[in-house]
Amino acid sequence: MAREKIVVAGGTTKSWKLLLGLRIFAFMATLAAAIVMSLNKETKTLVVATIGTVPIKATLTAKFQHTPAFVFFVIANVMVSFHNLLMIALQIFSPKLEYKGLRLLSIAILDMLNATLVSAAANAAVFVAELGKNGNKHAKWNKVCDRFATYCDHGAGAIIAAFAGVILMLLVSAVSISRLLINSKNFSTTATTTSVV
Amino acid sequence: MVKLTKRIGGLVLRLAAFGAALAALIVMVTSRERASFFAVSLEAKYTDMAAFKYFVIANAVVSVYSFLILFLPKESLLWKFVVVLDLVMTMLLTSSLSAALAVAQVGKKGNANAGWLPICGQVPKFCDQITGALIAGFVALVLYVLLLLYSLHSVVDPFLLQKS
Repeated sequence: MAREKIVVAGGTTKSWKLLLGLRIFAFMATLAAAIVMSLNKETKTLVVATIGTVPIKATLTAKFQHTPAFVFFVIANVMVSFHNLLMIALQIFSPKLEYKGLRLLSIAILDMLNATLVSAAANAAVFVAELGKNGNKHAKWNKVCDRFATYCDHGAGAIIAAFAGVILMLLVSAVSISRLLINSKNFSTTATTTSVV
Repeated sequence: MVKLTKRIGGLVLRLAAFGAALAALIVMVTSRERASFFAVSLEAKYTDMAAFKYFVIANAVVSVYSFLILFLPKESLLWKFVVVLDLVMTMLLTSSLSAALAVAQVGKKGNANAGWLPICGQVPKFCDQITGALIAGFVALVLYVLLLLYSLHSVVDPFLLQKS
């Protein structure tokens, strides 16, 4: 009977390899984004006023903790890279773990949720970074990047890595959903072929 | 009978998501306030911030997509494609909502370290309308996540409820 043959073979199918490769790249991209943004800090001594001929210097620091959007960015990228690490470990070490067909479904749903999470984080950071780079004349907000160039460059690198992570997570979700669809088609026939893992 | 209620439930969910995205779009577009102090008048529009423009565009795309999918016939094979498209639309919604929220938070609280003053004290009605648009966007997002799970369920039948 098709119902009892919920058996999953050892994983060396093409989609298994593709999924593993995509997950490794997504893990590296989101981890790089999290690390670069969390180490983002620049201290500069600037002249803020001049009294007579004596310039008054102040030491200003630009840290990622000053902006809530960047804090969310770091936290979300850490979460998504941890999710990818768990899924890689699950794929390599226990490809046969199964419980009433819930494995592929829960992997697909978790991948979709994490894809939306990393997309939200990357976008929030990029719009706030654009505010810092160009300022906003209507709200009279000055730009920050002309004085803290290294801070802005590192932030830009982290955001680019996060966008690569967004595209990779979208591909990972698409592959997970297609594996779920192929697997469920196998259930509705009476063939006893083993399904994808 | 069960299939009919499920299909009607899905249609109602999509209609509600379309309504919420459209409401977010309209409330954001009609937010505009003119304030004047010390003979300087400033007008706050949604086009002042790039994040709000992106929010409007993203919600417009999602509304048009929801409206078109309402008319997709039940037997069409495109329902499998709708799952991935729903995921893309959900990602679009989260990104636009999160960007607009990040920028609105800077507008409300300012950023002391960058020397950015909050603007909500000068244009309170504008700020309230932006808040309303963000709430509608959040409702649209929650409905879209439910829609995503619903489309996945209707295409895949993951709990093997149908007898083979």
